[in-house]
Amino acid sequence: MADLTNKERMKIQKHHMPEQDPLERAKNFLEVNLGYDTATAIEEAQRCIQCKNKPCVEGCPVRVDIPGFIKQIELGNFKEAAAILKKDNALPAVCGRVCPQEEQCEMVCTVGKKNAPVAIGYLERWAADWERKNIGLQKPELKPKTGKKVAIVGGGPAGLSCAGDLIQMGHDVVVFEALHEIGGVLMYGIPEFRLPKVIVQAEVDGLREMGVEFRTNQVIGMTDTVDELLKEYDAVFLGVGAGLPYFLNIPGEHLNGIYSANEYLTRVNLMKAYDFPNSDTPMFNVMGKSVAVFGGGNTAMDAVRTSLRLGAKKAMIIYRRTEKEMPARVEEIKHAKEEGVEFFLLHAPIEFYGDEEGWLKGVKVQEMELGEPDASGRRRPVPIEGAIKDIPIEVAVVAIGNGSNPIISKTTPDLKVNKWGNILVDEKTMKTNKKGVFAGGDIVTGGATVILAMGAGRTAAAAIDEYLKNPDVWLEEKKEEVTN
Amino acid sequence: MNKIIEARFLAPDVKLFRIEAPKIAEKRKPGQFIILRVHKNGERIPLTIADSSTEDGTITIIVQGIGKTTKHLNTLEAGGEIIDLVGPLGKPSHIENFGTAVSIGGGVGTAIAYPTAKALKEAGNHVISIIGGRTKEFVILEDEMKAVCDEVYPTTDDGSYGFHGFVTQKLQQLLDEGRKIDFVLAIGPIPMMKAVADVTRPYGIKTVVSLNPIMVDGTGMCGGCRALVDDKVVFVCVDGPEFDAHKVDFSVLTKRNRMYLSQEKQSVEEFEHKCKLDAKIKEVANG
Repeated sequence: MADLTNKERMKIQKHHMPEQDPLERAKNFLEVNLGYDTATAIEEAQRCIQCKNKPCVEGCPVRVDIPGFIKQIELGNFKEAAAILKKDNALPAVCGRVCPQEEQCEMVCTVGKKNAPVAIGYLERWAADWERKNIGLQKPELKPKTGKKVAIVGGGPAGLSCAGDLIQMGHDVVVFEALHEIGGVLMYGIPEFRLPKVIVQAEVDGLREMGVEFRTNQVIGMTDTVDELLKEYDAVFLGVGAGLPYFLNIPGEHLNGIYSANEYLTRVNLMKAYDFPNSDTPMFNVMGKSVAVFGGGNTAMDAVRTSLRLGAKKAMIIYRRTEKEMPARVEEIKHAKEEGVEFFLLHAPIEFYGDEEGWLKGVKVQEMELGEPDASGRRRPVPIEGAIKDIPIEVAVVAIGNGSNPIISKTTPDLKVNKWGNILVDEKTMKTNKKGVFAGGDIVTGGATVILAMGAGRTAAAAIDEYLKNPDVWLEEKKEEVTN
Repeated sequence: MNKIIEARFLAPDVKLFRIEAPKIAEKRKPGQFIILRVHKNGERIPLTIADSSTEDGTITIIVQGIGKTTKHLNTLEAGGEIIDLVGPLGKPSHIENFGTAVSIGGGVGTAIAYPTAKALKEAGNHVISIIGGRTKEFVILEDEMKAVCDEVYPTTDDGSYGFHGFVTQKLQQLLDEGRKIDFVLAIGPIPMMKAVADVTRPYGIKTVVSLNPIMVDGTGMCGGCRALVDDKVVFVCVDGPEFDAHKVDFSVLTKRNRMYLSQEKQSVEEFEHKCKLDAKIKEVANG
């Protein structure tokens, strides 16, 4: 097996991810992707030619030793494969499911130049799942205790990856989470059918076993301020995530039945409103209704596919540009289409209308066409005169992104933020202008991906580790301007 | 987990809880709220903090059992626990010496008005408190208000106690008597707050209301608590909960608060049915 030549390896075709049948899965919340079996994983691992320059590692925001773990899968050393993954990634089972590998590691894969790239994401998922299911999450080796304490604000991807690295470096780590569950967007945002919550909880439990302390129901800025944390902790990492959702700012947006994607998904995922009345949190009964989701990102796809699973008669994406401009992963768009989601492309909402009681009845949309290319070379959508139509809907979900949460910046006046309220950091270290305070994830970048937030968490952890050795010397060395 | 230190009814279905929450007790200011859950499948509901004590590290909330969660909460007793409690949330009340301030509480709204009335008094205001209830038994916190206000006027809709009429009629009476009023705080059901706003508008009296819209996270993430104030979208959890009463669009607020009426009804019915069943089982078990 190990004797395969590169030529032979290059000839093996990429193994497809087994999936639940589209029409079946559109009615349940079970995971869509079923995962490789062992034989398939080994065969897929054989496709990696162990090239010398390893562009995949460069393409990974947390720089996982990708050829290293894949080699171990090929050799049958599954425990070792999982251990290599976890050295660089606190949440491999999560990342194997939700990372946009096609834009990162897989995009630059050497094999991908001639054939389909190695299915790095699927293998990552497989190795992490194998460990959890067969031997339980193994505890990596921790460095001796340093006696330093770090407070992590926010239990989402940025905070968890920062916590995972810092605890291994020997620091004491306490994660402060505002909600009643740890995981941030992994719990409230990404649906069960894409990321089962038991997997998030298992990875969080793994961190807990490594010694990370989690405190839920703590809104930093309110319960404790950043300055108060600094009295008790040697450093603070702010990974508080996305803030208030943007709305379309069109007439009628206050009508009942109109949700932000954050609220819609939080009710379903975190609060389990799909299980009402067994779960106390209600939501609009979507069964048999028409739902329109506005936006073209992963969150929009999550919301529209969730609507189908809640029994919507019709679930639509309404987007003002074309599919090419959609920020969602190709796989998500494909899955949505297979499940029966309708796409209204080049349609811009201009007004919601409702009945006298305030319930949503429909949306007025303007059809667009692609006009002249703008400065960036992209053809801008322009309205087609007179092409306005009504689409009857009972539920609308606005998934066009988030602003920043104001709580930290308002209660930490000396922390520098930009005009949108995003915290300003030095990108090499994620340090802010405030001594001992680092930040990363959506609160710095605005809405982005899980893996970018995790990458920021790792960068910060490495910098915090250096900073803690000698804060004043380190700060003097890193005096460069804090910019975004 | 937060331990319940004291639990007692103040009026039918209105219960006071003193809950161990030292950090919140230390931090909270008048006008701020907490969010709690009563069991692991529970919803998150916001409740304004009525009082706190840094000495014993407790906060006080006063709860009217209307929905399933508040009804469930009201079955809890001292020694019990609240599984999730987070706060303080929202902006504190704006407190200054306005001169003469009137605090109006309708029903359980009095509990929410109480801490702000107390703070207004401490800031040097002459504080008049109007406490409304449907009947005498629904007039709450009269003694507490008397301890911190200069004048206290209970009102009842049926005249069974105090002034016979609505809180707005009492307010109008004070204005008709020529009392100079510089500030009004009105907290209670939406129709009451709207009615108070209508009374003070022609006089140009600065009037503040505390909104209680539907909320989920309460920390500025979900956007569910949006309201229209001065024709602009505000998020009550981080921009409020207190707003200029003359600028609030009460009609939108009323409609949005009806969003889950049918589900809430279903929840309550099932909860009450279960309570009855449990009682029956107990009865049978005890022979």
